[in-house]
Amino acid sequence: MIPNVAYSLDHISFSYSKGKNAASEAVLKELSCLILSGRVLGILGPNGSGKSTLLKLLARVFRPQQGTIELLGEPLSGLSQLDVAKRVALVPQETLQVFPFTIAEMVLMGRSPHHQGWGGWHWEDSQDWAVAQNAMEELDVAHLGHRLVTEVSGGERQRAVIARALVQEPKILLLDEPTAFLDLHHQLDIARIIKRLNRERGLTVVLVSHDLNLASQYCDQVLLLNHGRLAAMGSPQSVIKPNVIEEVYGCSVLVDRHPQSGLPRVSLPV
Amino acid sequence: MKPTLDGPSLSPLPTVLPLEHSISTKSPLNVASSLRGTLTLSRWWLWVSAACVLTVLVFVGCLGLGTQAITYSTIIAVIMEAVAGSSIEQGLNDPTSVILLHVRMPRVLLAFFVGGSLAMVGVALQALLRNPLADPFVIGISSGAALGAAIALLFGLGISVGSLSALPICAFAGALISLTIMYRISSAQFGFSVYTLLLAGVVLNAIFSAFIMFLTSIADPNRAFGMYAWLMGTLTGPDWPTLGILVLYLGAGLVILGMQAQSLNLLTLGEETARSLGVEVERVKKMVFLAAALLTGAVVSFSGIIGFVGLIIPHAVRLVVSADHRLLLPVAGLVGGMFLMLADTVARTALSPSEFPVGVITALVGGPIFLWLLTTRQTQLGMK
Repeated sequence: MIPNVAYSLDHISFSYSKGKNAASEAVLKELSCLILSGRVLGILGPNGSGKSTLLKLLARVFRPQQGTIELLGEPLSGLSQLDVAKRVALVPQETLQVFPFTIAEMVLMGRSPHHQGWGGWHWEDSQDWAVAQNAMEELDVAHLGHRLVTEVSGGERQRAVIARALVQEPKILLLDEPTAFLDLHHQLDIARIIKRLNRERGLTVVLVSHDLNLASQYCDQVLLLNHGRLAAMGSPQSVIKPNVIEEVYGCSVLVDRHPQSGLPRVSLPV
Repeated sequence: MKPTLDGPSLSPLPTVLPLEHSISTKSPLNVASSLRGTLTLSRWWLWVSAACVLTVLVFVGCLGLGTQAITYSTIIAVIMEAVAGSSIEQGLNDPTSVILLHVRMPRVLLAFFVGGSLAMVGVALQALLRNPLADPFVIGISSGAALGAAIALLFGLGISVGSLSALPICAFAGALISLTIMYRISSAQFGFSVYTLLLAGVVLNAIFSAFIMFLTSIADPNRAFGMYAWLMGTLTGPDWPTLGILVLYLGAGLVILGMQAQSLNLLTLGEETARSLGVEVERVKKMVFLAAALLTGAVVSFSGIIGFVGLIIPHAVRLVVSADHRLLLPVAGLVGGMFLMLADTVARTALSPSEFPVGVITALVGGPIFLWLLTTRQTQLGMK
């Protein structure tokens, strides 16, 4: 076991279809990489390149048909769903809820992996409440506790979902397009929260994003996918280059430096 | 080819701080203000015992009403005697006790069990399919069970083998088959669609009804009439041993279903999220299917098709009590039982001495509510 590796992926392939078509319709093909602990990794790539699928494999929502994934040195396939949930939290792209659950109730659901009662039955104890209260304050949703999940704004709901992920007390936080439906203000908000969680708690963060600039500013490393294969991986400076982006996305871009951070900044040509 | 790792040199990693570190130490047993209103054990007991007390009151109330009114003091006296078992001989000679203990009480109890089971199956199906309009009747589970029961009745399988009647077993098989078809249909399309589910339910109902109509048309007229009455949803008086068999089925179903309460909470967030929160989704689904088929099969074989109880009761309880399945399941069960006891009391007293099927009442109450939900909750249901 290498000490500071969160995930080690060895030649993984995954397809949503089974049988004969599985190989030809594979979403991820022979993917190998190491994801380091305590860092923020951005998964980038065009539509349909397998970004979200990769994230779901890391959360073991799906299992790869080929290859192995190791989570913190243990084979992911050998862990129970509950064991994975204690180590890894997933924030999906969109949280749909048709039933009248409150924000507080939804956040508390994140404590579920820490209770192994009779068929999952448990009552939240004072520690659960403390952890939930703390996470809700951190994400600034404590005042929304009694509101329904269905009636708050998209940004508020996204923050509450991240709070739910935090009360899982994971070592790794996976986020699928965390800023996709948010306005500028909330995008910045979420990005800063993610960075802070990483700095202050040493949380390993893996996020999928369409936003190259956001990834460049907030990720320590980026992983670029193209048609289910690894196109490039490394620091934002080494991956976000005009020739690499053009090859993967099929359009030419301008890359200069961000005026504050000096990190690569991508602009579309006129 | 292994990708190379470049970028910043590996600095010493910050240690992972558990969340409790930063917790301000308030009184540890107090629920923090923003979490007020979430379910606690004491709140659970409060609601469940309130519902239990109300259920007992409704039960006794329904016992008193009928073609022959019985005073509540008599009811209590007869029940006390029966429980004490002191004067069974004497009790059998007294017509009031006979009506009460052997006609009315089994029937009111049957109404309670049927209503409660339908409401709980409704709760579970709605969570599993993430569709607040799912109900064993609406999505065709009840008619699947009815077809199974009809086959058993018409081909003489209704004759019991030992003490195990083939009727509920065939109804269970029918319910399980229609549930499986239903689930396949609703998950075949990518994502979750309320429309697909409701349309498939309509079509399944039509197919099963066609089969049942075919069977009744080839059956001899006497049997066909009995079956017709049964299909409309009736609670004609069962005897105590039959009621015992029903309780066996329901007990098994309820234990299986009750154990999934927390998993059902997580499943409302979607299957993928539930999985990421540690739920073994496939196992939970199988368990809920099994329990739903057991409950629906048993209920339908005893009382025919009673619609909409599984739709309106869960909705009402969610609005008033909680959406949390640990509380929703038992309270919806009790309220569903109360609702059907009351509905059946109306069905057997409104046109006394004749009576009409209780399914008429539940459809007349539930149908409009279903339509109201369908038209007012479109955005919430993701159907607009």
